[in-house]
Amino acid sequence: MKPTDDKNPEYFHKVVDCQYACPAHTPVPEYIRLIAEGKYTEAYMINWESNVFPGVLGRTCDRPCEPACRRGRIEEEPVAICRLKRVAADNKDDVKSLMPQLPFEGNGKRIALIGGGPASLTVARDLAPLGYEIHLYDEQEAGGGMMRSQIPSFRLPIDVLNEEVNYVLDMGIHTQFKTYVSSLKEILDKEYDAVFVGTGAPRGRDLIIPGRQEAAENIHIGVNWLASVAFEHTHKIGKKVIVLGGGNTAMDCCRTSRRLGGEQVKVVVRSPFAEMKASPWEKEDAVHEDIQILDNHVPKVFVVENGKLKGMTFEKVHAVFNDKGKRSLIPTGEPEVFIEADDVLVAIGLENTFPWIEKETGVDFGEWGMPIVDAKTFQSSNKKVFFGGDAAFGPKNVITAVAHGHQAAISIDLYCREKDLTERPSPFTNLVSQKMGIHEWIYESEVENDHRYLVPHAAKSVTLSDRKMEVELGFDVETALKEARRCLNCDVETVFYKDKCIECDACVFICPTQCITFTTNGEEEDLRTRLRAPSLNLKQDLYVSDTLPTQRVMVKDEDVCLHCGLCAERCPTSAWDMQQFLYKVTKAG
Amino acid sequence: MTYIRSQFRHPGLPVNELGYTTKEYEGALSTLCAGCGHDSISGCIIQACFEMSVAPHRIAKLSGIGCSSKTPTYFLGNSHGFNSVHGRMPSVATGANMANRDLIYLGVSGDGDTASIGMGQFVHVIRRNLNMVYIVMNNGCYGLTKGQDSATADEGSKSKKGSVNPFQPIDLAGMALELGASFVAQSFSGDKEQLVPLIKAAIDHPGFAFINVISPCVTFNNNPGSTKAYDYVREHIEASATIDFVPAKTEITTKYADGTGTDIELHDGSHIHLEKLAAGINPYDRLAAMNALQNARNNHEILTGLLYIEPESTDLHHTIQSSDRALNSLGQEELCPGAEALAGINEGFR
Repeated sequence: MKPTDDKNPEYFHKVVDCQYACPAHTPVPEYIRLIAEGKYTEAYMINWESNVFPGVLGRTCDRPCEPACRRGRIEEEPVAICRLKRVAADNKDDVKSLMPQLPFEGNGKRIALIGGGPASLTVARDLAPLGYEIHLYDEQEAGGGMMRSQIPSFRLPIDVLNEEVNYVLDMGIHTQFKTYVSSLKEILDKEYDAVFVGTGAPRGRDLIIPGRQEAAENIHIGVNWLASVAFEHTHKIGKKVIVLGGGNTAMDCCRTSRRLGGEQVKVVVRSPFAEMKASPWEKEDAVHEDIQILDNHVPKVFVVENGKLKGMTFEKVHAVFNDKGKRSLIPTGEPEVFIEADDVLVAIGLENTFPWIEKETGVDFGEWGMPIVDAKTFQSSNKKVFFGGDAAFGPKNVITAVAHGHQAAISIDLYCREKDLTERPSPFTNLVSQKMGIHEWIYESEVENDHRYLVPHAAKSVTLSDRKMEVELGFDVETALKEARRCLNCDVETVFYKDKCIECDACVFICPTQCITFTTNGEEEDLRTRLRAPSLNLKQDLYVSDTLPTQRVMVKDEDVCLHCGLCAERCPTSAWDMQQFLYKVTKAG
Repeated sequence: MTYIRSQFRHPGLPVNELGYTTKEYEGALSTLCAGCGHDSISGCIIQACFEMSVAPHRIAKLSGIGCSSKTPTYFLGNSHGFNSVHGRMPSVATGANMANRDLIYLGVSGDGDTASIGMGQFVHVIRRNLNMVYIVMNNGCYGLTKGQDSATADEGSKSKKGSVNPFQPIDLAGMALELGASFVAQSFSGDKEQLVPLIKAAIDHPGFAFINVISPCVTFNNNPGSTKAYDYVREHIEASATIDFVPAKTEITTKYADGTGTDIELHDGSHIHLEKLAAGINPYDRLAAMNALQNARNNHEILTGLLYIEPESTDLHHTIQSSDRALNSLGQEELCPGAEALAGINEGFR
C-alpha cells in the first residue's frame, strides 16, 4: 500500500465516524467534550453553526451518527449523541448575542425562498448575514415546515421549535406566511436574483384498494392528519385505529392517535418488523405506549358496512429474497385477517409534487416527476433556481435538508457573485497536539467502561393524556456528563511520524485493541490478513506509514482504535502524537 | 496522569483452545520506561503462552530484582508468581520445581541479576538441568540505578554519559553452552517473529531452556556508541536461521511439505522448524554452536536464534529420581506409609 496521505483532511475526517456520517458534518466529539466541561452554550453554538436546529435535532434527528459511532463497534451501544445535543440546548445560556447581529449591510441582492422548512431556513441563516434580502414564502401560519406540521408536540415541544425558527427569522427575514405559491413564474417575475425551492415532499401517498371511497370519511392521509392535529383542527379519533405503514410517520400517527382517544391502536405493515423504515427507538416508544405492530400483513380491502368503515382485511405474507437480494412478499396462504377499525391512517410514504412549477420556467423534470438538480451545487436547469431538502432528491430527514441548505446557500452566493459554482470552498481544518506532559493530555484520554445511559421518560399515564406533554425528559446534567464521557474522542487523532520511530514495538504491545502492526508492506487485501487483530471492517481505513529502516511499515487499523493515547504515551520518541482534528464545513460567504 | 489501560479489547480477538483471548494472559500496565525492550519481551511471552494454549494457572513466574525482574507483574496476571531476592531466582525456582513438577517455570532475570549478583545461582541451575525457562532481559546496564555498565556490557561500548567500558563482557549464552545447558538461544526484543517461537520451544523443552534476549534500555543505553542500542543491534544482528514452533497436534508435513530446512522433533511430538540455516550452524552440535558464537563475537555480530538443543534432555527430577507427582497431591498414606513399609525398607538393608 502507498503511505497514507494524512495531510489530506479527508483522511482524518473519515476517522471521526460520527462527524463523517452526519450529512452536515457537525463536529460531534468537539461539542460532546464541551458538554462534559459544562460549556453548554459553546456546545450549542458549535451545533447551531453547523446544523441550525440543535434543540429540534437533539430530539428528532434520524441520527445517522449513532450507527456510525465507533463505540458501537467496541461494546453494545453507541454514545447517545443525539440526546447529548439536546442537553446543550436545554442548558445553554443566552445564545442570541453570539449569533450574527443586525443590522447587516445589504448587498442589494434579493433571494426568494419557497417553503419555510429546515432547508429554506438554513439558506436564510447562511445568506442573511451576508447582506442578502431574503423573502420566505410558506403556506403554513408559521415557519418550520414539516418540523411543525408533522413532528408531534410530544416529541418536539412547540416552544423549542419556535425558538430556533425565530433565531433565523429574526435576522431580518421577510416572511410571507399563509401564502401558497401557486406559480414559480410569478416569483421569477418579481426579479429575485435567485430562488430556492425547499417545499419538501408534501404529499402523503394514498392507498387505492376496494372500499377506499366508501369509507373516505374515516380514512386519513397520515401527514395531512398530523398537520391537522398540529394546527388544532383535529382533536379526536376513534377508539380502534389502524395505522398503515412502517416509517416514522406511521409511528407519529399511532402515538398521536393514542393521545386523541385511540385505545386499540394497531400499526399494520407489509414488511417484516426488522425491516421497517422507522428508527428502532421510534418503534420501541410506540410499543411502550401499548401499540401493537403487526408485520407481514398486506392490506386488501377497507370493509364498509352501511356506509361506515368497519375495519380492514389483510393478507399474510413472508419475505423472500432472490439472488440479488431483492425482496418479494409471498402470500403464506393463510386465511385473510380482519382487523376492526373506526379510523385508518395511511402513512405509506411521501411524494414530491410540483404542480406549481410551470414548464416555461426552464426547470426541467426527470424521472418520477423530480426536478433535475445538480447533486453538488443544487442548481436546477434554470440557473437561477436552486432546490434543497426533500424537494431536491426525495424524502430524507431534517439534518439532510440542513446540509442541502448550506450547500445551496454557497451556490446562491457564488451565483450572485458570478463565480464558478463547481469551485466549492475547502473545509476549515486544524490539527493540534494534545500533549501536556509525559502522561498528560489536554483531552480526557481515559476510556470509560459505562454502558449507554437511558433518557428518562415521563410517566405514560401523564403523556398519553396530554398531546403536548413531551415524553422524553432529557438527560439531567449528571447523567449527561457520564454519557458524554463515553465518547472516545475520535477526533483526537493518532498521528504517526515515521522518521522518529525506532521500532521498539512499545505501541504494538500497549494498544488495548491491537490496532498497530509493524510488518512488511503489501496490497491492502494481503496486509489485512497479516495484522495483529482480525481486520474485517473494510469500511475503515488502514493508516500505513512509509518504509521504516527495517524495511517494514507501520499499519494501524482504524476500526476499533479507542483513541486512548497509550501508543503515544508509550512512544519514547514521540513518533506517535495525539492531535485534535477539527473539521468544519465552510459556509457561504 | 493516565497509566490507565481500557478494559475494552478488540471485539474480534481470536480465542485459543482453552477459549481464552490474549486478554487472559495480560498483566498489569507496565511502569517501565516508554520504549523499554522488556515490555516487548513481556508481549512475546503473552503471545507465546496464548498461542500454546497454556492454562495461566499452570505457570509460575519467578524473578529476582531489577527492571527485568519487575516484568512478571506485566504479563500473565492470572499465573503464580514469586519475586525473590536479588540473584536468587534459580534457588526459588529449584525449590518450587522440586515440590511441584506439574507447573511450567518461567524465570525472568536481567544481566545484573544473572551475570553479577546471581552468577553462582545461575551456573548451578544450568548444571542441574532444572526444567524451566530462563529468560535474561539483557540491556548491558543497571537501569534501575541510572545506567552503570553491567557485566554483560561489551568492551568499548559507550555509555550515555560518554564513558567507555574497559572490561570484557560475560557472554551468557556462551557460558550456558559451556556449562552444558540443554537448550540455548539468543534473541532481540525487537524481533518478535523470532522470539515468540523461541519462547514456545523453550516452554516445551524438558529441561533447562535459556534465552538471552538483547533488550535495549531506552533511557540509559540507547545512545550512539552503545552496543545494546536499538540501531546497533539491528545493524549487527545475524540470525542463525528463521524459526517456527509447530505444536504436536499440527502435522509438520502439512506446514512444511517441501522438506526444506531442518526439523527438530521434541519429546512430545512438537517440532522446531529452522529455515535458512546459516553456515557453520548445527543446533545439535554444542561445539559448533560455541564456535559460531565466538566467530560472531569476533566479527562484531550478534548471533541470534536457536543455538543449541538436546532434544532428549533429562531434567533434574529424572536425575535424582524424585517423586513423579507434585508433593501437594500426595496424601497421608503416601507420605507416611506406616510401620509395615518401614519394616520392608529395613529388611532391604539386612
